[in-house]
Amino acid sequence: MSLAGQNLTIGYSDRVVGRGLDVALEQGEVLALLGPNGGGKTTLLKTLLGILTPQAGEVTIGGRSLARISIGERARLIAYVPQAHVPTFAFTVETVVLMGRTAHGNLFSRPSAHDRMVAARMLEQFGIAQLASRPYTMISGGERQLVLLARALAQEPQFVVLDEPTASLDFGNQGKVMREIRALAGAGHGVLFTTHDPNHALRAADRAYLLRAGERIAEGAVGAVLTRELLEQLYRAPVEKLADPATGHTAFLPG
Amino acid sequence: MTRSFLPGLVVALGVLALGLVVAFTVGRYPVTLAELGDVIIARLSGRPSTAPAAVENVVLLVRGPRVVAALLVGAALAVAGTAFQGLFRNPLVSPDILGASSGAALGAVLGIYFSLGVLGIESLAFLGGLLAVAAVYIIGSFLQSRDPILVLVLTGVVVGALLGAGVGLIKYLADPYNQLPAMTFWLLGSLASTTVADLLPLLGPVALGTLVLLALRWRLNVMSLPEDEARALGLATGPFRIAVVAAATLVTSASVATSGIIGWVGLVVPHLARALVGPDFPRLIPTAALLGGGYLLFIDTLARTAAPIEIPLGILTAVIGTPFFIWLLAGMQRNWS
Repeated sequence: MSLAGQNLTIGYSDRVVGRGLDVALEQGEVLALLGPNGGGKTTLLKTLLGILTPQAGEVTIGGRSLARISIGERARLIAYVPQAHVPTFAFTVETVVLMGRTAHGNLFSRPSAHDRMVAARMLEQFGIAQLASRPYTMISGGERQLVLLARALAQEPQFVVLDEPTASLDFGNQGKVMREIRALAGAGHGVLFTTHDPNHALRAADRAYLLRAGERIAEGAVGAVLTRELLEQLYRAPVEKLADPATGHTAFLPG
Repeated sequence: MTRSFLPGLVVALGVLALGLVVAFTVGRYPVTLAELGDVIIARLSGRPSTAPAAVENVVLLVRGPRVVAALLVGAALAVAGTAFQGLFRNPLVSPDILGASSGAALGAVLGIYFSLGVLGIESLAFLGGLLAVAAVYIIGSFLQSRDPILVLVLTGVVVGALLGAGVGLIKYLADPYNQLPAMTFWLLGSLASTTVADLLPLLGPVALGTLVLLALRWRLNVMSLPEDEARALGLATGPFRIAVVAAATLVTSASVATSGIIGWVGLVVPHLARALVGPDFPRLIPTAALLGGGYLLFIDTLARTAAPIEIPLGILTAVIGTPFFIWLLAGMQRNWS
C-alpha cells in the first residue's frame, strides 16, 4: 500500500502555498520532508493527512482517493503525531493514549477491554508504562513525544506522519525518537516526518523531499539528495559537510 | 494528581443528598428529618401520611417543585458548562458564552413588556436562547476561518452585546412601576415562583440535552484537543460540535427560561468536579451533574433563608463565584487539572 499525492496544489482558501507537487510514501520506508520555514512543509503534511483538501490533484492511499474515505477509516490508516504541546486539561498519559482508539469505536462507545490492552501494549513498547497514571501536563517534553507516538500507534495505522518530532527535544531524546522512527518502518509502517535538521534525515530516513517556497527542489535517496550543493540551494545559506572516514557517515553544519 | 473516580462520585452524591435534605427541612417552616421521610415514603408507597397536613403541603407543594427545579437547573448548567469547556478547549468558558442567556433575557423581557402570562414569558425566553445560539452558530460558520472556535466565541460576544442592548431598550421603554421590577427580578434569577406546572417544560429539554451530553462524553476528551489532532484521531469535529452546542443550548435555555439568569454555576461547578475526579470527561460529566444539582440546592436554600426577603440567585452565585474564581486564577500556574 502507498500513500501518494499526484500533481497537488496545496494551500488555504485565501492562499496557494505550492503547485504541481508529487509525493509518494511506501510502507516500510521513511521519508523526510525538509525545507525552510514557510516553504509549505506543514501544508503538504496536512494535505497528505486529509486535514486540508488539495485545491487540485489528488491524495490516494492504496489507490483509493483519500477524499472518499470516511474520517474514521482514515484514522485507522494514517496516524498523525503533532508537535508535542501542553493541552488544556491534565489528562493522564493512559487517557491520552486511549484517545488513539477513537476511530475503533463508535461515537458513543467507551474504550473496550481490547482498546485498553492495545493502549497498555503501546505504553510498554515505548517504555513509558510507569507514566500511565501521571498527568500528561507534568511529564517532560521527551516523554510527551513518546506518549504521542504511543497514541498514534494505538490507532493501528499503516502510515505515521510526524510534524517536527525532534523539535524542542534534548540531544538524547532526539536520538531516541529517531530510533523509534526507524523501528516503525522496520515494523512495516510508512513514515513521513518533517525536520529542520538534515542530519536527522540522514540518520532516520530512507528518502528525502526538499521543499522550498512550495516547489520541490529535489527528491530521492538521502545519500543522493542530501548534498552540500542541494542544501545550500534549499536554505539559501552556506553549508559545511563533514565526513567520518572511519564509518563513512556524513553530517552537515550550517554557516 | 490522579484522582480515582469512585471516591469523587461518592462525595458528589453526598453533596447532592445533603443538599436535598437541607433544602427540604430548612426554612421559615422547619421540617424534621422524620417528617420528611414519612411524607416521602407515604407518597411513594401510596399510603396516607401521618405527618401534619401543613408539613405535607410544605414538602410536596411549596418546597417540592422548587427543590426539583434547583436540582435540574443546577445539574443542567453544570453539565452544559463542562461540555462547553471541553468543546472550546478553555476552562474559563460558561454555558452562556454563545449567547443563550442574553437571548433568553431578551425573550423574557419582551414577554413581560407585552404582558404575557408565565408560560408565554418562559416560552419566549426558551426560544430566545435557542435562536440566539443558532444565529451565532450560523454567522460563525459563515465567517470562514482557520480557527472556527475563536470565531464562534467572538461572534457569541458580539451578538450577546447586541441582545444586551435590546434588553436595555425594552427596560427603558417598560412601565417603571409594574414591568420594570418584574424584568429586574427575572434577570437576577430566582426559583421562588416555581410551581409543579413549571417542572414538565423544564424536565423535557433538560433530560434530553443531558442524555445527549452523557452519551457523547467518551468523545469529549478528543474534542478538547486541537482541531487538527481531533480530526486525525477520527472524530468528525464539525457535526460533533453542532451536537454538543445544540444539547448544551437546549438545557441552558430551558433552565434560564424557568429560573431567570443564574450565572457562575456552569463555570464554578465543572472546576469543583475536576478537583474531585480529574479532567477525564467520561467521569467529569456525571460528577458535574450531581455536584451542580447539590450546589444549586444549597444556594437556593441560602437564597430563601439567609435574609427576611428572598435574595436573587444570580446575586448569590456571583458573590460566591467571584472569590472562587480569583482563587482559581491565582492557582493558574499549577495548570488546569
